Amino acid sequence: MALLQISEPGLSAAPHERKLAIGIDLGTTHSLVASVRSGVAETLVDENGQHLLPSVVHYTTQGHRVGYEAYQDASKDAANTIVSVKRFLGRSVADIRHNWPSLPYEFVNEDAKSVSFNTAQGIKNPVQVSADILTELRGRAEASLGDEVTNAVITVPAYFDDAQRQGTKDAAALAGLNVMRLLNEPTAAALAYGLDSGQEGVIAVYDLGGGTFDISILRLNKGVFEVLSTGGDSALGGDDFDHALANAIADNVGFDATQRKQYYRHLVSAAKTVKEQLSDSPTARLDLAFGNMGEIEIAREQLNLLIEPFIKQTLRACRRALKDAEIGKDDVVEVVLVGGSTRVPFVRDQVESFFGRAPLSSIDPDKVVAVGAAIQADVLVGNKPDNEMLLLDVLPLSLGIETMGGLAEKIVARNTTIPVAKAQEFTTFKDGQTAMMIHVVQGERELVEDCRSLARFELTGIPPMAAGAAHIRVTFQVDADGLLSVSAMEKSSGVQADIQVKPSYGLEENEIADMLKASMSHAKGDMQARMLKEQQVEAARVLEALQSALAVDKALLDDRELAVLENTMADLDAAAKADSTDDIKAAIDAVDKASQVFAERRMDKSINLALAGQSVEQL
Amino acid sequence: MVNYFSLFSLTESFDIDLASLSRTYQELQKLTHPDKFAGGSEQQKRVALQRNSQVNDGYQVLKAPVSRAEHLLALRGVELAHETQTMRDTDFLMQQMEWREALAEVDSAEQPMDVLDELNDTVDEQQAALKQRLSSLLGQPSQGNLQEAAESVRKLKFINKLQREIAETEERLEA
Repeated sequence: MALLQISEPGLSAAPHERKLAIGIDLGTTHSLVASVRSGVAETLVDENGQHLLPSVVHYTTQGHRVGYEAYQDASKDAANTIVSVKRFLGRSVADIRHNWPSLPYEFVNEDAKSVSFNTAQGIKNPVQVSADILTELRGRAEASLGDEVTNAVITVPAYFDDAQRQGTKDAAALAGLNVMRLLNEPTAAALAYGLDSGQEGVIAVYDLGGGTFDISILRLNKGVFEVLSTGGDSALGGDDFDHALANAIADNVGFDATQRKQYYRHLVSAAKTVKEQLSDSPTARLDLAFGNMGEIEIAREQLNLLIEPFIKQTLRACRRALKDAEIGKDDVVEVVLVGGSTRVPFVRDQVESFFGRAPLSSIDPDKVVAVGAAIQADVLVGNKPDNEMLLLDVLPLSLGIETMGGLAEKIVARNTTIPVAKAQEFTTFKDGQTAMMIHVVQGERELVEDCRSLARFELTGIPPMAAGAAHIRVTFQVDADGLLSVSAMEKSSGVQADIQVKPSYGLEENEIADMLKASMSHAKGDMQARMLKEQQVEAARVLEALQSALAVDKALLDDRELAVLENTMADLDAAAKADSTDDIKAAIDAVDKASQVFAERRMDKSINLALAGQSVEQL
Repeated sequence: MVNYFSLFSLTESFDIDLASLSRTYQELQKLTHPDKFAGGSEQQKRVALQRNSQVNDGYQVLKAPVSRAEHLLALRGVELAHETQTMRDTDFLMQQMEWREALAEVDSAEQPMDVLDELNDTVDEQQAALKQRLSSLLGQPSQGNLQEAAESVRKLKFINKLQREIAETEERLEA
């Protein structure tokens, strides 16, 4: 485990010491994990040689099972088998009831803003269910790579909002994973094909899964990936093909309504088999043992006719996405296929004739997203110090705040390159007012009620002043993963306001902290010892990094600043030798504060050096 | 306030080389993007996040003439953001109203596209003239020149809005 590795940015550890990192495609129907080994990104298999892990968790009184076994249980114990949990992340019960009215689950509180299921294993929320899937994948990776794995890149749909991204990140934390980056699924697919090193231009990613369809239009410009637009249909996919074919088979053999109902599950699974056979050969034979109907033969053309309406629907979404991106079909230089349903030859043909070019399909469309995530994970963990590639993501949905009359005022527009920070000034409207509430929403519409509520930020600790005299500067910071944080300061006094975040959907920070604690509580005995050890390691890491930085750049600090910093470092050194975890934490914080200016100046120095070099080159 | 000109090592001027701005932007991305510090300390990540946010914002601000002029004015103590100052140049306002009327009546014109083309040309002309004026005003920043530059920026904002509306009408007519 390479916990103690410290290297300056740009300088890697010894070349033979590859650091482990994984890419995870946390999908709606199934999930995968991949890693770069001997320079090749590949998906990792379970002990039965399976690449795909069904995103299904079955909770029993004894414990839980994830994947194929859980999938088998779904029909027998539906209420305790959570299927496609990704749909529920960052959503309210009301949302879910609205979209999927007939789910077999028992929700704990119908009115709650966050979802939890009552299962045989107790109350579970979507973050915990997702964490169980991630833990399974992490275990698979560790078995396969033969070492502890913590660093991961996890993919999310490009249109995921803040609450859904935060939910994914929380799940990873629960699974003991350090998320180096949340990566957009279409960007990952493009990366898997190495499009970052190829030509520049517009790339369309066509993703047809079992139950969802997504189209993303990306622009590649000087090693920078930008999502221009996304679209799709969250209730359209290969499953629709199966149902259409199942009904056609029933018609063909003359099933009456009762037989159809009786044998429906067999019909659907037969249809799935036929569909898969037809991907490889022009006709398929099927023995309908269940209805004593004997053997029937189905031609590819018959399937094509049945699925044509669904494909037309996807192409209409493509047309809309191109329009949103303000580009034409001719601007598209590559089309990438993602999702198992793109194996169907007719889908490929139709996509090809729509875009006027053959889509890229050499990588298994089920694995392509995980492969791209693994490539990015390998870069981020530092195994490719010479890699110049940079993935610049954009904010998928505009961020705004609620103003008078229920209007949403945009603070950061969609498609702005992230990270980004925007400051906005507010003033008090009552004498002595010490608190205010800011409601942040996400979406493109003008009315707050048409946007998605993200969170309410309550600012407290504003120094009491006359109405209008306090000027509160609120900074909205969006990080590289598209996640928002807010800070606030009263300008004249410099007083930092305290902020409590009340997320509109999903879990509050203390709930996550409690879940993390609970997940570790089974090992309470050595937990404290472990935490002390971790803090001591962290202290050593901080001190060593600072000492080597000071050895080079001491001159960036004046004598007083240097004395203050060295004092806090001495305190930390002393604290690290004692055995109080809290003291070490406090001392680390003090060093962090005292060295902030130093860190900023070092970065500015490296910027100035590089830019000076650049302008010399241009002379 | 962050001086974006110095962040991008440019001289404080309205006239900048956009190609060099874009090159410097790519360079600054490589130096400050948080992904480049994925294995670094929390502090390094934090500093990178702050600097990189400034790089992204600075690029947007410097790229567009109006925001670039606004930033330049702000550096000289003339704050235009969120101002409530109204336009005093009545001739300019009358002109704007005429153009808006022309745009509103375009549907009933015999050759609406021709009318739009003509309107586009006239508006573009005024925009170019204003930009040139801005460049010379900001080149010799006396207090009076700064105030006049601020007025030019306000006018440019009007014009940008009008141009967006013309484009929308064009799109609507083509559809």
